[in-house]
Amino acid sequence: MIFCPGCGDGTVLNIFIRAVEELDILKDLALVGGIGCSGWLPTYLQADVLHVLHGRAIPFATGLKLTDPRRKVVVFTGDGDGVGIGGNHFIHGARRNIDLTVIMVNNGIYGMTGGQVAPTTPLHGRTQTSPYGNLEFPFDVCDLARAAGATYVSRWTTAHPKQLLRAIKEGISHPGFSFIEVLSQCPTQAGKYVEGTSDPGELLNLLRKRAIAVEQARSMPVQELKGRVAVGRIHHVTEKKEFSRSIYESFPAEATDPQDHPR
Amino acid sequence: MKVSQPKQQTPKITLDDRFCKGCNLCIQVCPHRLFVQGEKRSRAGYRMPEVTRAEECSNCLLCEMTCPDLALTVLQEEK
Repeated sequence: MIFCPGCGDGTVLNIFIRAVEELDILKDLALVGGIGCSGWLPTYLQADVLHVLHGRAIPFATGLKLTDPRRKVVVFTGDGDGVGIGGNHFIHGARRNIDLTVIMVNNGIYGMTGGQVAPTTPLHGRTQTSPYGNLEFPFDVCDLARAAGATYVSRWTTAHPKQLLRAIKEGISHPGFSFIEVLSQCPTQAGKYVEGTSDPGELLNLLRKRAIAVEQARSMPVQELKGRVAVGRIHHVTEKKEFSRSIYESFPAEATDPQDHPR
Repeated sequence: MKVSQPKQQTPKITLDDRFCKGCNLCIQVCPHRLFVQGEKRSRAGYRMPEVTRAEECSNCLLCEMTCPDLALTVLQEEK
């Protein structure tokens, strides 16, 4: 694989392959990848894959899902691709509650393009384009997804592979917009410049130390949560109607019935 | 009379030298510290970790699930 040694993207692919195998959905799978390191993830699987424009993975996935609603559509995106360049598409995908599973690998930097500052780079983080420290506040992408209307929101790190496997399986099975954020280590860019170490093992330990269970974090005062990241299943509702089902129920007599087009 | 012994299982840990990039994440994640930094080079020239005390492995699969290059496999094998 093309990833740098110790990159968390490989772990995400590893876990995703296990989830696909356990759910046995390979023949129904359609994968969409954006641009960036994480956009390359689906290209290693022998499944139907779209590798599309920067930030535009969710619009392509929306079209794919609406033309063939029986597909399990999974979008792989990064933090720069998903909420930097494609932030608008991300919130509107969540607003529609279309049945996509968006796996966002968050390494806190634009890694592939050379280490520029991203909307998720931590405050005072030193990158190639913020050499005196980042002065902007980072996004809390899980809060953004929940506020925009996503019905399944979960956050884990690459240091929690078993929990991540469970979250990906839940996200794929959930009928609605499922958003899974995976905090990942980037030894080449974010690790070296923001965290000050390029050793993947140390970065993994940092991720593990920062993580705090979301149930525990809710009962703690805000001052104690500084520098910590809440992980777990953050939001899960099932009442909201799914978008592709609404479309096909609104136009039942159309020739666009998916049953007429067997694959 | 022969008493039938329960079959003892020992996991077999294999590292594929075509894929391993020597990131040493397995050294970090193993709860029993079974991996050590090795001297053997993979085909791409990375220093691969080595497995020690494999009989202590509890088969938690953390290393297999964390390996970013899918080079590590833990197989259950009969002794």
